[in-house]
Amino acid sequence: MNGDFPWLTVMAALPFVGGLVVAALPAGKRVLAKNTALAVTLAELVLAIIVTVKFSPDGDRFQFTESYAWIKSFGVHWSLGVDGIGLVLILLTAALMPILVLASWHDADTPQVSASGEAPSGKAAPRSTHAFFALMLMVEAMVVVSFAATDIFVFYIFFEAMLIPMYFLIGGFGGAQRSYAAVKFLLYNLLGGLVMLAAVVALYVVTANHDLGGTGQGTFDLVRISQAVATGELDMNPTAEKAMFLGFMFAFAIKAPLWPFHTWLPDTMTEATPGVAVLVTAMVDKVGTFAMLRFCLEIFPDASKTFAPVIVTLAVIGIIYGALLAVGQTDIKRLIAYTSISHFGFIIMGIFAMTTQGHSGATLYMINHGFSTAALLLIAGFLISRRGSKTIADFGGVQKVAPVLAGTFLVAGLATLSLPGLAPFVSEFLVLVGTYSRYEAAGLFATVGIILAALYVLVLYQRTMTGPVKAGVEKIRDLNVRELVVVAPLMAVLLVLGVYPKPILDVVNPAVEETMSQVERTDPKPSNPIVPAAQPLAAETHGGSK
Amino acid sequence: MNPANYLFLSALLFTIGAAGVLLRRNAIVVFMCVELMLNATNLAFVTFARMHGNYDGQIIAFFTMVVAAAEVVVGLSIIIAIFRSRRTASVDDANLMKW
Amino acid sequence: MTQTSVSSVYLASTEGGAGMHSVAASGVFSATWLVIGLPLLGAAVLLLGGRRTNRFGHWLGTLFALGSFAVAAALFAAMLGESGADRSIDQHLWNWVAVGDFQAEIGLHLDQLSMVFVLLITGVGSLIHIYSIGYMEHDENRRRFFAYLNLFLASMLLLVLANNYLLLYVGWEGVGLASYLLIGFWQHKPSAATAAKKAFIMNRVGDFGLAVAIFLMFTAFGTFSFDEVLGGSAAASDGTMTAIGLMLLLAACGKSAQFPLQAWLGDAMEGPTPVSALIHAATMVTAGVYLITRSAEIFNASPDAQLVVTIVGAITVLFGAIVGCAKDDIKKALAASTMSQIGYMILAAGLGPIGYAFAIMHLVTHGFFKAGLFLGAGSVMHGMNDEVDMRRYGGLRKYMPVTFVTFGLGYLAIIGFPLLSGFFSKDKIIEAAFAKGGTTGYVLGSVTLVAAALTAYYMTRVMLMTFFGRERWKEAPVGAPADWHEPHPHESPVSMTLPMIVLAFGSVFAGGLFVLNDAFVNWLTPVTGFSHGELPFSVWVVTGMATAMVALGVAVAYVQYARREVPAVAPQGSLVTVAARKDLYQDSINEGLVMRPGQYLTRLLVWLDGRGIDGFVGGLAAFIGGTSSRVRKVQTGFVRSYALSMFGGTAVVVAATLMARMA
Repeated sequence: MNGDFPWLTVMAALPFVGGLVVAALPAGKRVLAKNTALAVTLAELVLAIIVTVKFSPDGDRFQFTESYAWIKSFGVHWSLGVDGIGLVLILLTAALMPILVLASWHDADTPQVSASGEAPSGKAAPRSTHAFFALMLMVEAMVVVSFAATDIFVFYIFFEAMLIPMYFLIGGFGGAQRSYAAVKFLLYNLLGGLVMLAAVVALYVVTANHDLGGTGQGTFDLVRISQAVATGELDMNPTAEKAMFLGFMFAFAIKAPLWPFHTWLPDTMTEATPGVAVLVTAMVDKVGTFAMLRFCLEIFPDASKTFAPVIVTLAVIGIIYGALLAVGQTDIKRLIAYTSISHFGFIIMGIFAMTTQGHSGATLYMINHGFSTAALLLIAGFLISRRGSKTIADFGGVQKVAPVLAGTFLVAGLATLSLPGLAPFVSEFLVLVGTYSRYEAAGLFATVGIILAALYVLVLYQRTMTGPVKAGVEKIRDLNVRELVVVAPLMAVLLVLGVYPKPILDVVNPAVEETMSQVERTDPKPSNPIVPAAQPLAAETHGGSK
Repeated sequence: MNPANYLFLSALLFTIGAAGVLLRRNAIVVFMCVELMLNATNLAFVTFARMHGNYDGQIIAFFTMVVAAAEVVVGLSIIIAIFRSRRTASVDDANLMKW
Repeated sequence: MTQTSVSSVYLASTEGGAGMHSVAASGVFSATWLVIGLPLLGAAVLLLGGRRTNRFGHWLGTLFALGSFAVAAALFAAMLGESGADRSIDQHLWNWVAVGDFQAEIGLHLDQLSMVFVLLITGVGSLIHIYSIGYMEHDENRRRFFAYLNLFLASMLLLVLANNYLLLYVGWEGVGLASYLLIGFWQHKPSAATAAKKAFIMNRVGDFGLAVAIFLMFTAFGTFSFDEVLGGSAAASDGTMTAIGLMLLLAACGKSAQFPLQAWLGDAMEGPTPVSALIHAATMVTAGVYLITRSAEIFNASPDAQLVVTIVGAITVLFGAIVGCAKDDIKKALAASTMSQIGYMILAAGLGPIGYAFAIMHLVTHGFFKAGLFLGAGSVMHGMNDEVDMRRYGGLRKYMPVTFVTFGLGYLAIIGFPLLSGFFSKDKIIEAAFAKGGTTGYVLGSVTLVAAALTAYYMTRVMLMTFFGRERWKEAPVGAPADWHEPHPHESPVSMTLPMIVLAFGSVFAGGLFVLNDAFVNWLTPVTGFSHGELPFSVWVVTGMATAMVALGVAVAYVQYARREVPAVAPQGSLVTVAARKDLYQDSINEGLVMRPGQYLTRLLVWLDGRGIDGFVGGLAAFIGGTSSRVRKVQTGFVRSYALSMFGGTAVVVAATLMARMA
């Protein structure tokens, strides 16, 4: 149907090769490196659009499938394929990358702040720009593979390998505490990954015991395993299933991040450059939530159902906790990091509510959160780089001197607080409705989050943008053309998806139905569905005369 | 002759070698004691080969000799290097290889 | 429409109500979307156009508002040509969100109720656009102001034209956003920025209620479109209906500044005066009344929820009136009055079918006179160097005759001077309250009567302090800055007085027109239903009592503020006055109950996140690091100690193996 052209492998290879090319460019040619990176990401976006157009929502679940034997003795295949959920996330990645490259244009040109916090001096390393953009492209390649992998082993490899370029991106560029943040990021995620590795091995053993791979072998093929689970061919020991579920979930919960595994995120986002921070929250972390939906629910439906109430509870705590902590922050980037923790709570809650609204909402949420956080963080980054400080108290009255910057920041903030009419509202409402229809209390508590969201966004806006112009702020320039080019598409997407999310939902919904049937869950039915012949109201409204 | 006697001899040699490694300070002597231990095990291997009536032990003995020869080359050169720089061959004077 | 049969059954059994029988939009009605589209386009052009549109932005904005009004008028004319059930029109625009059973469309519903609102919003909206051309003339950001006004119009129209609760929610928060932007329009003033934030956040508390109400509808009915929910509401259990009703009430409380979410309205007066007139008097704050009236079937099915609605209304009527009596800031006095008047409407809406039509009627007449009063206040401020303290006014009638006359007519209308608008609409509410019957009826009736007296008192006070008495503005205020100079009160330009005159006409005649042949009630009955209540005594008794109360209020105010000198500095006053001046301690209560604990909680959590969760992780890392730094001491670097440990280890292993063999 899609021909035999290996679209997904090409999509994975393009940024990878592009990254190598950028890294190999002669030292000193910074502009060439940037332009090459931009061209690669744009080409990737074109590929993503082609794939999206060729994808048929009513067709097979996994499309563009390709499979090549890789490690025969363990039945590992280079298997790629996308369903609606994976597709939209790849599209998100491909769409955000050119924006990030543009937004990070000068981030790696200047020497980085030293660990003691002294102002940078001297010149940047001759290849720092090359390294920065090459690493970003590597991350893009790995994220794409993670979203497209239908082989658990391949997924695992790339899920973990992503840490390497991320480590260097965080540790090499950004604030004074960046190496601390990078190590923390690495250790947290490595720990999760190792636990997951144990679960992956265990899963292989279990499949081998059931002879899923044929001739006594196990398999890593997701489709094969989930079919076997659905048909009862693979009936796991409940204890073993729970243990493996927790192994997978642990890694994804750290990546996502779910409360209480979240503390690496604020440090990372505060210290990393804005572009890298977006890379972390908008894409890399999405691999975690995506994997919950893809692997935890598909392979361990029973365990997922068992643990759903616990995870939903943690998610709700995360929503409220993240929001409250955001209110209490004094650092702009740290504040945004905590808002993300709150938002990831929504996503995870939607996934484990196990309703169609929850799942579609969570998937849409991943997309919308990607765009809204990107907008908020990048504009905050522009602001911070102008003032040279990320402390909220150093700002005030920016609206007066840089109205466009303030205006776009407000729009991004309003998207973050899920203002109806902007994209995140649709997804947040779907998640809340989906959760409420199964877990009323969780839905109610989570809805309190919308009040807190208004609080943290508006407090941030008020303290930075309004009021009298503070000393040090008066010289802040408004957005320049490059920055406008960065911000404008984000604003447009937030607006359009707010009133017309149908294109995304049309692609996502069929995939969600598959997942729902895999976990054998159906939506709760309305308690009083509208019946054609409703009773008329009591006649008490017939009054007498005056 | 009872092959077990060779084993007793091997054990004796090994013990002498071990005691030498632990008690002597001169690097060269320590080194010789290590060689003594290796040869003691070789003797044991060959004896076992004889007792079991196959060649496995003899083959292992050849491996050991090759390894020992390689070790002598590397080890002696290290000792000489240390002696040249420090004018001493006492093992208690060199403790750089720590944490 | 699948719902046709339900509605017709329903219609047959009651006198109107459940007006969700709709026809698809055709002819003129297919232009319904333009009502929203025009101002939305205006906002987009003005915001995206940037400085290029500075020169003509205000004209463009006004033009779009007027265009919207023209479309609305055409729709109204067309609707008059239709009869009965055909006056309810649905226009489907596009499918918005569709996931499983969750089906939300972008669709409009125009019926008699929304028509009233559309005319009020576009009409008063257009007038206020015109007024703002003059009022904001010297503001460098005038274009942005008009963009926000247009955005507000679009959101408010979406709110009243949506055909399902989710889309209504979009309009609901949209007006909240516009209100936020406009209250904080002078962002450089910290007080304005704070007030804007406060308004938005308190509104969000109400929005929580609306969101939960939609959840409840979805879980109970599987839908949240008006025609299905309102048609099927009789099928749900009482508990569900009460829950939905209370959640809707919470939403209404937030938006309409009703107790206990009333605290933001007074501060919202930080916005430019046209904003106060349009958003915080005539239209947005009445959205709560619209919501309750629109959801009539839900409230009709739940007497408990209705009772709570009337209680909230009654409390707010008195609350606003009491606060209004003590305020010296003219805008804040009017804001308190708005709160109180909306309390009337909410109370009436809580009475059920005997009150809905009157709630809306009062809403419309209030829209006229309160907008007129605010514009008058703005005109006064315009001529008085933006002074808002009424103690610094006095005797202004000579200097601003047009303002004085229009303001005066609005004043007479609001206190319920016989035969003016407020007289008819307020009287009907008082009647309906008594007609509720039983103790409740008497309590509610008395509350409305007392509030009528208080209204007369505080409005007379405003009138006297502003336009009569000694010209107190001629003296320098206590602690005046060195550059203080005497204001030169003058009449405002035509662009400002013209809207005031139009609104004054409305204040005078609207009420009379509405009650003529019960025109207004008959118009709304197909949507809201209507039933006559049983008054415990003659109508004339109620009218007489109400008029007497008004006279009493006016008289007391006259004695206090016309016969006696108005002190330039507010006297100490009684305990009640002090409390009322501080808005009955609403801010202190909110602070003590919510803000402070919230701040402590936040601080505690920030501390815990660092010391607790991160501390645990850090502690674990430190433990591992510490242990390894101790253990590494074993590596001495001495060859012989390594050799010894090797021999020791081997000996242990051999010994263990031998023991295992022997055991």
